[in-house]
Amino acid sequence: MSKKKLIKGNLFNRMSDTNLLLIITVVIFFLMYIGAIIFQGGGFTKPQMLFNILNSNAALIITACGMSIVMISGGIDISVGGVVALVSMSCAVYLDFHNGSIIGSFLIALAIGLAYGIVQGLLVAYLDIQPFIVSLAGMFFARGMTTIINTKPFNVENNQAFLNLKQTRITVPGMGSYNRKGIYVPAYIEIGVVVALVLVIILFLVLRYTKLGRSFYAVGGNKQSALMLGINVKRTKFFSHLICSTLAGIGGYVYFLHVGSGSASHAMGMEMNAIASSIIGGTMLSGGVGNIIGTLFGVLSLSTIQNIVSSAGLDQAWWTGITIAAMLCIFLLIQSVVMRQRKRALKS
Amino acid sequence: MGKSMIKKITGHQMFIPIMALLLLAVVNLIVDPGFFKVTLGTNNSGDPVLSGSLITILDYGSELAILAIGMTLVTAASGGQDISVGATIAIAGSAMLRVLCGTNTRPETIQAPIIVAFLVACVVGMLCGAFNGALVSIFKIQPMIATLILFTAGRSIAAWINNNELPIVPDPKFKYFGGFIPGIPIPTTVFIVIACIIVIVLVLKFTNLGLYTQAVGINESSSKLNGINPTFIKFLTFVILGLCVAVAALIKVSRISTINYSVIAKDIEMDAILAVALGGNALSGGKFNMWSSILGAYVIQFLTTTLYKFNVQSDALSAYKAVVVILLVIFSAPAVRTYFSGLFAKISASGKGRKEAAK
Repeated sequence: MSKKKLIKGNLFNRMSDTNLLLIITVVIFFLMYIGAIIFQGGGFTKPQMLFNILNSNAALIITACGMSIVMISGGIDISVGGVVALVSMSCAVYLDFHNGSIIGSFLIALAIGLAYGIVQGLLVAYLDIQPFIVSLAGMFFARGMTTIINTKPFNVENNQAFLNLKQTRITVPGMGSYNRKGIYVPAYIEIGVVVALVLVIILFLVLRYTKLGRSFYAVGGNKQSALMLGINVKRTKFFSHLICSTLAGIGGYVYFLHVGSGSASHAMGMEMNAIASSIIGGTMLSGGVGNIIGTLFGVLSLSTIQNIVSSAGLDQAWWTGITIAAMLCIFLLIQSVVMRQRKRALKS
Repeated sequence: MGKSMIKKITGHQMFIPIMALLLLAVVNLIVDPGFFKVTLGTNNSGDPVLSGSLITILDYGSELAILAIGMTLVTAASGGQDISVGATIAIAGSAMLRVLCGTNTRPETIQAPIIVAFLVACVVGMLCGAFNGALVSIFKIQPMIATLILFTAGRSIAAWINNNELPIVPDPKFKYFGGFIPGIPIPTTVFIVIACIIVIVLVLKFTNLGLYTQAVGINESSSKLNGINPTFIKFLTFVILGLCVAVAALIKVSRISTINYSVIAKDIEMDAILAVALGGNALSGGKFNMWSSILGAYVIQFLTTTLYKFNVQSDALSAYKAVVVILLVIFSAPAVRTYFSGLFAKISASGKGRKEAAK
């Protein structure tokens, strides 16, 4: 009896899995960033460093959020990197060769994402095919189509409206730093970052407060019980894939806005980075556990460690891959050990 | 009775890969009647070699077939797939080159016997497999995520082993493994595959590996109650896959006598998983059919060769592959199968009804 009371009173055991993993991620991110400021100084003391990380990872944040939703509902989607490349190439061809409009190009991006979501969602949810195989084929298809549309990588140069949009910088009030000459340089972010942060907030609210959002957790946690609760499991799965691919489409446009070019090798391995960020952010592939805010911090942690490694002088290409993998490994082990401890504590 | 026969044939696990193989063969025959012609010619060094599309498929499908053996076991035991095989091929190949060439990247002679280099590669491959296996079996991490670690780091580690240099093996004997042995016109890789198949068939026949793997895959806790150690079985399947990876790495590296870290065995993990799926093995684990997977691997290579035959660019290859895969997967989906068998039953029933009405 007294044992039971102890467990109830223990903060560690009272927290839900989702919140516990989220807190681990956020704490580690801040420790890492503060550590970088103290030990490396330099770029990390300037606020622009953080904003640069955001600028170059806005697309990853968006796709990783979609990935988290699919993973929470118990699936996986490895086609997002391919979709991003396909969107960039299609938009680049449309804008540069056909002199298209910004709205038109955005609609193309959205349409590709929606089409992908509908097809993959139908195959996974209603035909009961493994999501891994479906999205694997989706990835192959997207990469191949990108090459079929245009073989050679190229920059968009002939579309002034797009170039203006690409150059748009939003200054952050109250943040900035003095450069070597003592001139005040305000910190800036790109449009993509705003899009990404707005999407993160919307998705966070959807997952926390709407019926659809809660049913993602229910389906991912236990399909049978979700069915018993009267949740339409197939439709929920379908929507998870629809949202993920649509976000990949939007993420593709943000990526395109950042790089301003089309290439078949764009966003190579982005799906793996998205999965890694989701895991670091506390989403579990077994489903039912995860948080969008955690995913945001997952992306930030991932790119912060990359920056730390490259500014520590280990700038050979292979160190990045090894550090990301090491980080992923550590987080997976933490998750595994923590979850086992909790299970044991709850049982006794 | 005829109906049950049809059901037996269409329901068999080998049905899908054999049908796919036949379909590909027919398409190729229609487009190019000489597709299956095998000619005996001589290669650059004057030795007799067989050439032809069929030989190409058998030759280049070998790595895939070897990987499919290991991947089938991993899939059956853990209900997940190893996505790091391409990256571990790079690691094992890099280790092999490091042993063969030493620190000098352009040696005059090899620094160690080939067999030693191969054994080192085997150890490295098995270590990688053991790492994945430990994460999956002991720490209970989902296989796809656990192997994501080596998938991300593998090629970087491979580059790091050789300090990002590209050593070239000077010994022409090293080329035999991925090419031809002088005097024998059949590609050596075919013999390697046959050796691997014999080994795995013997292992499955004389040990309980196959039975235990399936038992663990079908129900882990009940297999534990029956005295099987699921942790060890899962770990073992990953180590076996590591060994398969080392053999595949030997072939891959031998083909070009050097290595390209970012390109070697690229996307091979996807092909290996597809081979298992195409062979009708459930990707969620449980029962498996080894022959079906191996056949699946050759079907995939057949498809690749066919697409090249149609002058498809190597970069665009994946789009066509994806369409074929999706069609195959839809066709073999349980929901679609039940729908079609229901449709057949209806048609035959209405036919019977009409016959009876005519009577």
